Amino acid sequence: MLDVIGAAELEELFSAIPTGLRAAPLDIPGGMSEFEMLSRMGELAGRDNRELIRFVGAGRYDHIIPSVVEHLAGRSEFATCYTPYQPECSQGTLQALYEYQTAVCRLTGMDVTNASLYDGGTALAEAALMALRITGRNRIILDGCVSPFSREIVRTYLANLAAEATEIPPCNGVTDRAALLSRLDGSAAAVIVQNPNFFGTIDDFTDLAAQAHDCGALLIVSVYPISLGLLKSPGEMGADLAAADGQSLGNPLSFGGPSFGILAVRKEYIRNLPGRIVGETVDLEGRRGFVLTLQAREQHIRRHRATSNICSNQCLCALRGLIFLAALGREGFADLARLNRDKAEYAKGLLSRIRGVSLLNGESTFNEFTLALPVDSALVVEKLLSRGVAAGLPLGRYYGGMERCFTVTVTEKRTREEIDTLAANLEEALWS
Amino acid sequence: MELIFEKSIPGRRGTALPRSDVPPASPLPEWLTRREAAPLPELSELDTVRHFTRLSRLNFSVDANFYPLGSCTMKYNPKAAEEAARLFAGSHPALPLLPGGERFAQGSLGVIHELSRLLAVITGMDEFCCHPLAGAHGELTGIMMIAAYHRSRGERRGIVVVPDSSHGTNPATAAMIGCRVVTVPTAPYGDMDLDEFRKAMSGEVAAVMMTCPNTLGLFNPHVAEICAVAHEHGALVYCDGANLNAVLGKVRPGDIGFDVMHLNLHKTFGTPHGGGGPGSGPVGVKQDLVPFLPSPRVTRRDDGSFALEEGGPASIGRIADFYGNFGVLVRALAYITMLGGEGLAEASERAVLNANYVRSRLMGHYDLSYGEGPCMHECVFSASRQAKNGVHALDIAKFLIDRGFHPPTIYFPLIVREALMIEPTETEGKETLDAFIDAMIEAAELAETNPAALLQAPRTMPVSRLDETRAAREINVCCPWGVEGEAS
Repeated sequence: MLDVIGAAELEELFSAIPTGLRAAPLDIPGGMSEFEMLSRMGELAGRDNRELIRFVGAGRYDHIIPSVVEHLAGRSEFATCYTPYQPECSQGTLQALYEYQTAVCRLTGMDVTNASLYDGGTALAEAALMALRITGRNRIILDGCVSPFSREIVRTYLANLAAEATEIPPCNGVTDRAALLSRLDGSAAAVIVQNPNFFGTIDDFTDLAAQAHDCGALLIVSVYPISLGLLKSPGEMGADLAAADGQSLGNPLSFGGPSFGILAVRKEYIRNLPGRIVGETVDLEGRRGFVLTLQAREQHIRRHRATSNICSNQCLCALRGLIFLAALGREGFADLARLNRDKAEYAKGLLSRIRGVSLLNGESTFNEFTLALPVDSALVVEKLLSRGVAAGLPLGRYYGGMERCFTVTVTEKRTREEIDTLAANLEEALWS
Repeated sequence: MELIFEKSIPGRRGTALPRSDVPPASPLPEWLTRREAAPLPELSELDTVRHFTRLSRLNFSVDANFYPLGSCTMKYNPKAAEEAARLFAGSHPALPLLPGGERFAQGSLGVIHELSRLLAVITGMDEFCCHPLAGAHGELTGIMMIAAYHRSRGERRGIVVVPDSSHGTNPATAAMIGCRVVTVPTAPYGDMDLDEFRKAMSGEVAAVMMTCPNTLGLFNPHVAEICAVAHEHGALVYCDGANLNAVLGKVRPGDIGFDVMHLNLHKTFGTPHGGGGPGSGPVGVKQDLVPFLPSPRVTRRDDGSFALEEGGPASIGRIADFYGNFGVLVRALAYITMLGGEGLAEASERAVLNANYVRSRLMGHYDLSYGEGPCMHECVFSASRQAKNGVHALDIAKFLIDRGFHPPTIYFPLIVREALMIEPTETEGKETLDAFIDAMIEAAELAETNPAALLQAPRTMPVSRLDETRAAREINVCCPWGVEGEAS
């Protein structure tokens, strides 16, 4: 090959790099076979505890994943291709993404969506940026009941723009509507709320949609996809934009990533949507086919005038989401949501009957709820951790004055026995 | 092929759920619930398996086809890295947030810490943050840190300078933090024009963003000088590390003078591209910028254990839900572990060798626009000679599909007319390169002798050329309810 190139030795090919800049050999030990590597990684993975009984969520959820998800999404025809710039040899990915978009629209009750963003928090930040562009205004009203992680991401994204975020502190685990409405006026681009919220409370934001629209502002609802098997969708509430993290749909916890971000919107906003979008069309013979469409929104065409800088998305994770939804199907998905709530209601009943424990958010919760203890919840959760139970997320770090509260997550994977163990341990930690 | 929604049969069920071991909850009030179940497809498990298996067979992929998509580094990635990622599938990211919870996540935190250290060794940067979820997200993180750095010095700088050969993500990123973009033209030798660059510089410039090697597949010999000039003006220099696959162990951006950079782990370090993602875009910085890194940070205590620390007052804050596309980080650590330092350098050598081989064999058949010496990991040709006969880069791309090759990147970089950007990667053998080159030569010859043959391609795919104008005009991005099958 060097002869064809006309080079005497390989190093000639690197001659453009000035000698003074050449690197010393990398200080990284010699390679390993896959067997040695896997044994080393297995040893590392073993340092993560998997024995804990986990009642934690905070944006990532321990749900069942049907075996077909891994088998089908793991097919190398899906895993080892790239963005379908050449549609004729990428119809598999393109049709799957079109089906994914359809499934997301049906879940959220929105008109259009893209082929995925990075994760729930960044999808919400992109939604906020969209609202600024659409309205030409510069203020986002952020409900304090939205995940503190997502809120921090939104603030990071707004930090360099001439835009501000107005945060509305929560009131006993519920959106403080009076405070929110007092800050809602013609300068607001959007109101961001979450359902169920970070405390687990379910709400209906139909009223806020109407009030936001009266001021010319948009309503952005962040949702937990599994809950949409049961709960009123953002579309039914009159939301303009819906954002979500997709991990719960068929993606493993994997220490928080990869997941995928969902951003679904009303159809009039499609040209403001960031990210890839797949559209249906026909070929020369009139046969149905799919292509990336409306690419004039994107960075590779529009450069600094693009709707976002996003290029790579989380396509394979979104595909997992689609396969998950197909494997469960219409009834199965609704049943899964009910099962989550049934388990959580059982846990809620048991835990809230323990002496000194009270519920922050009464009746209407999905698969998370918040308990108030007579003592600092961080101490109790720490004590329970050493007994093998991750009881929930203490809220003191995220909400001043809520040191005694913690949020418990109960997915369909937690058994009655595990819930009973949690209750017994909590009672013991408090009273013996 | 039918849509999955068209295959739906009312009442059909797939995966069974675990049986409930608790009493049913009392129903929620109606005003909180959805009117009807979301109309998802109703299929048996086999229906689902057949549907997606058949769909998958409509794709070209690295595992089945040569995929020389320039700028995307479509190399073969070892399957063992996939296995490594699976080992961590059950690790919950919220555990280390619980009081006393870090001890239950030492393996995952250790992966992040070790990978960050290795990336610093490879690039010559001082610290890495692995949170960014893709290359463009790394750029955004990096440019936010640069803005925070200038702010901390009481300066507001509103301009980002990029060469006209840059990835679209660079100017788009600058715009996301409200900066104005100044574009510097490329000189005939293929690098940013130095005189024009000097004219573009001022005390208003926050950052210069450069891809190194650049998108023409060339290493800019003046890159250190560009960094120095930028620094004289108080600007920082950002390295888009998308093309690091060319120079592993050969040159380190941190030694050249770059202040901030991102890496595309999915391109360089062992993760397949998944039809568009997930990727991962860790961002590395020099010491001056460490205080601005995103929150939280994975640190190592004196006793050797790993901790999560909230960012200090200067941190730009949180940029992702948790700690990055962790599964991709595991694959990258697995990949680096398997190759070792020498193996990484050898990967770059082979990538560059392969690209130069393709370049040399095709040189007489297609025009080269920029650069006279050897290229790095990719070469950019122009189909302008063929265009005179009415055959465009697009037509050549479609012809290659019929020959079983994924086409090169076309029409990028934007500064090359009729661009054909070929990145063969290090994992391809000579016989594959030769077969591809022969097909490219055949296309060039057909462009002379029978141009019409190229305009009809592809003929062997499930669909022929698709009407993109119609897709953009009659927008259909979501299948309406009640399609055939659903209605029955």
